[in-house]
Amino acid sequence: MKTKNKLLLEVQNLSISFGGLKAVDEVTFKVHEGEIVSIIGPNGAGKTTIFNLLTGIYKSDSGKVVFDGEEIQNRTPQEIVKAGIARTFQNIRLFKEMRVIENVLTGMHINTDYNFVDLLFRTKKFRTIEKEKTLKAIEILDSIGLADKISDYPSNLPYGDQRRLEIARAIATDAKIIILDEPAAGMNPQESEELLQFIKTLVQKGYTILLIEHDMSVVMNVSDRIYVIDHGRKVAEGLPEEIANNKLVIEAYLGKEVEDCA
Amino acid sequence: MISQLIFDGLTLGMVYALVAVGYSLVFGILRLVNFSHGSVYAFGAHIAMVVVVTMGYGLIWGLCASIIVTGLLGVAIDKISLEPLRKKKSKQISALITTIGISYIIQNSLMIIFGSESKWFPKIFDLGIIKIGSVSLKSTQVGIFLTSLALLLILSYVIHYTKIGLAMRAIEQNSKAASLMGIDVNQVVSFTFFLGGASAAIAGTLISGYYQVINPQMGFIVGLKAFSAAVLGGIGILHGAVVGGVLVGLSESFAANYLGGGYRDAIAFLILIIVLILKPTGLFGKKHIEKV
Amino acid sequence: MKKENKKTNIMDNFVDQINQNKKLKYALICLLLCVAIALPKIGLSSFIIRVFTMIALYAILGLSLNLITGYTGQVSIGHAGFCAIGGYTSALLNVHFGMTFIFSAICAMIVAGILGLLIGAPTLRLSGTYLTIATLGFGEIVRMMALNWDWLTGGALGVSGITRPVIFGFELTTFNGGLYYLVLVLLLLVSLAIYMIIRSKMGRAFMAIRDDELAATLMGINTTRYKITSFVISAMLTGLGGAFYVHMVRFIDPNTFNFDISILIISIVILGGMGTMKGIYLGAALLISFPECLRFASEYRFIIYGLILVLMMRFKPEGILGGQSKKPYKMPSGIEGDYQ
Repeated sequence: MKTKNKLLLEVQNLSISFGGLKAVDEVTFKVHEGEIVSIIGPNGAGKTTIFNLLTGIYKSDSGKVVFDGEEIQNRTPQEIVKAGIARTFQNIRLFKEMRVIENVLTGMHINTDYNFVDLLFRTKKFRTIEKEKTLKAIEILDSIGLADKISDYPSNLPYGDQRRLEIARAIATDAKIIILDEPAAGMNPQESEELLQFIKTLVQKGYTILLIEHDMSVVMNVSDRIYVIDHGRKVAEGLPEEIANNKLVIEAYLGKEVEDCA
Repeated sequence: MISQLIFDGLTLGMVYALVAVGYSLVFGILRLVNFSHGSVYAFGAHIAMVVVVTMGYGLIWGLCASIIVTGLLGVAIDKISLEPLRKKKSKQISALITTIGISYIIQNSLMIIFGSESKWFPKIFDLGIIKIGSVSLKSTQVGIFLTSLALLLILSYVIHYTKIGLAMRAIEQNSKAASLMGIDVNQVVSFTFFLGGASAAIAGTLISGYYQVINPQMGFIVGLKAFSAAVLGGIGILHGAVVGGVLVGLSESFAANYLGGGYRDAIAFLILIIVLILKPTGLFGKKHIEKV
Repeated sequence: MKKENKKTNIMDNFVDQINQNKKLKYALICLLLCVAIALPKIGLSSFIIRVFTMIALYAILGLSLNLITGYTGQVSIGHAGFCAIGGYTSALLNVHFGMTFIFSAICAMIVAGILGLLIGAPTLRLSGTYLTIATLGFGEIVRMMALNWDWLTGGALGVSGITRPVIFGFELTTFNGGLYYLVLVLLLLVSLAIYMIIRSKMGRAFMAIRDDELAATLMGINTTRYKITSFVISAMLTGLGGAFYVHMVRFIDPNTFNFDISILIISIVILGGMGTMKGIYLGAALLISFPECLRFASEYRFIIYGLILVLMMRFKPEGILGGQSKKPYKMPSGIEGDYQ
């Protein structure tokens, strides 16, 4: 049913190698609007590298990334954010010496449209925009339950709040697709369950989510579709229940011996 | 004429290489530009001066004393000021500012102890002119060149063929993994500072014996030139530092001759800026891939 | 230890009370301003007035460096070079073309800004260390040029005969307090400009770069451009400080702004607190007044600057007044209500 939606992100034969090692090898996948798509695979499979390619931190050796009808594989990270792709990081990277609300306001950087003269002389334009953005930041923080921690610093927040703040910062960029790099890493089952519920609400609000996870159980319940990566290659794709029973996937996770035991 | 310029440049260049190696070694391991290195170099020269001029021992004794004391100063800098920052997992900027502070403390201590004026230092390897075919070479230059070359070879041997050198290279690759393999990272870093201090001390003594003057601010410009050399060769890469040092020495020698002495010191800076614009990784540098 | 804690608590309470009571806060600020304005008129010696003038000047220089180092996270140890560029530009325009302070200072800012761009553009594309090295070299190159380009700078003899600032035909001197008022006005303008920058998307971009450059990039911030902008503004304001100084002492030579000045400015920033404004005022007040108060220590003052850098980094890297603020976030004008 969901596949009827518009194609938002299409990755075709994406490859990159670091000194002879093919970190990502001819990977192809698609994400439609309003979907939650997960990329799973064991540690070191090349998942984060795919994200780094998508967000322009690395330049791919070959392959195409088509986002919203435009090829973006050669763009700078800044241009890619402007196009509508925002991300979070595996090891949380918040702006630690800035307050919670400032973190979110920084996420709005590209949509905050006033120039140097405006800010220096506090023109009406500056005041209007700054007020509007601040209210929106408060609204976003409210929606993730951090409204009472506006003035706090990220390092004082509990781990789960830091994760959600990072997602809030990504939302603030007005991205169409938000890519989450192991958002449940380091969380206990209850925390990660809460987080997954939160991610579901994001989809209801119209966001599209691309998710990386090495723990399969986390993504089984939320994903519309799952791609499995191992040694830089795509080894399987399909619905969660298909993936759960896929022999290649079990191999990738547990090694080949499984076959003999089974 | 040209051959003389080339040999002048080579002599200076080899000494710069000795200082540049100190920058490169520390940068390779800590990803930190050690701003105190220039003043450590000046400190080494002053120790040699105390032993040779004030106490009247021979140059060899001066060099030995300088190597040991300056090497230990390097270790002390790391142990007292930088190791605690690593333990606290301080930000990189803290270590940078610390080395700036250390540099300033050493330089001003030298000024208070020895006075800020220039002082005389005896000429080294003074055996007159050596003739090889039609080329005549000053013995001082030949001596400096050969000493530096020998030291660079020794350094290279230490880094590539000894156990501690292996540990240094391991930490450079991946400090966490090296630590898990049982390498005492702090000890190796201290050893690196010792090597850097020792080679700076030798360089300081050689240059003082070459120009026959010494003063507390001498490390400032040489430090800048050596850093340019390290960046030119690719910072963190040993042979890069040597090639960079020689190139900076040669350009300096030619610039001083053709553009005038006033540009002697500016040329290294010009090289630095050009390298940063054209190829910031230097001649032999590899692109650093940032882990995300 | 306990006593000290109690003391800070009392201080905190006091500060809290002031913050809660807006009227009291404004009254205090007014009082402070009145005292600042009245200083030259209450019979203080011109020596003391000069010390206050220097404190204000170094507060300007500290605020400028703080913009690039404290807020943007890029260390410059060649800011004396920008003082010198500003100083020479202003001095030469004044001596050769009879330009008065206001215009020559504007030109000084422009020239310093252009040089900031020339140094910043190639180095700020890369990691922070390269800027530090380049600024170290820059300070020295400026000194060498000042020394060697006799035809322009008068070489080692320097430039003398610079006129004092004149406003509406009124010559400003230390004696009549005019220079003090001028530097106070400049400090106020610089503080305002920096405050406006910091509390805007530009300031947030600077701080984001300082805290995590890669994450900033992925927020769509053009990090190189913002780093260069921060550096150029910093260079311009530093050039302004240099211009003021040469019009005050009416002389400049290659050693007026040497490496020691760069270190003094950075010590002010580190001591007071990187990334704060109030810290810089305090840092400037402490470091400019202490050699005057402790004459016997003046021989060692450079070592003390070095020690400040090392010890602060080791024990209090955020500086005396730096670190996380306990006050609630100040909302932009027009947002009412209690958001903590």
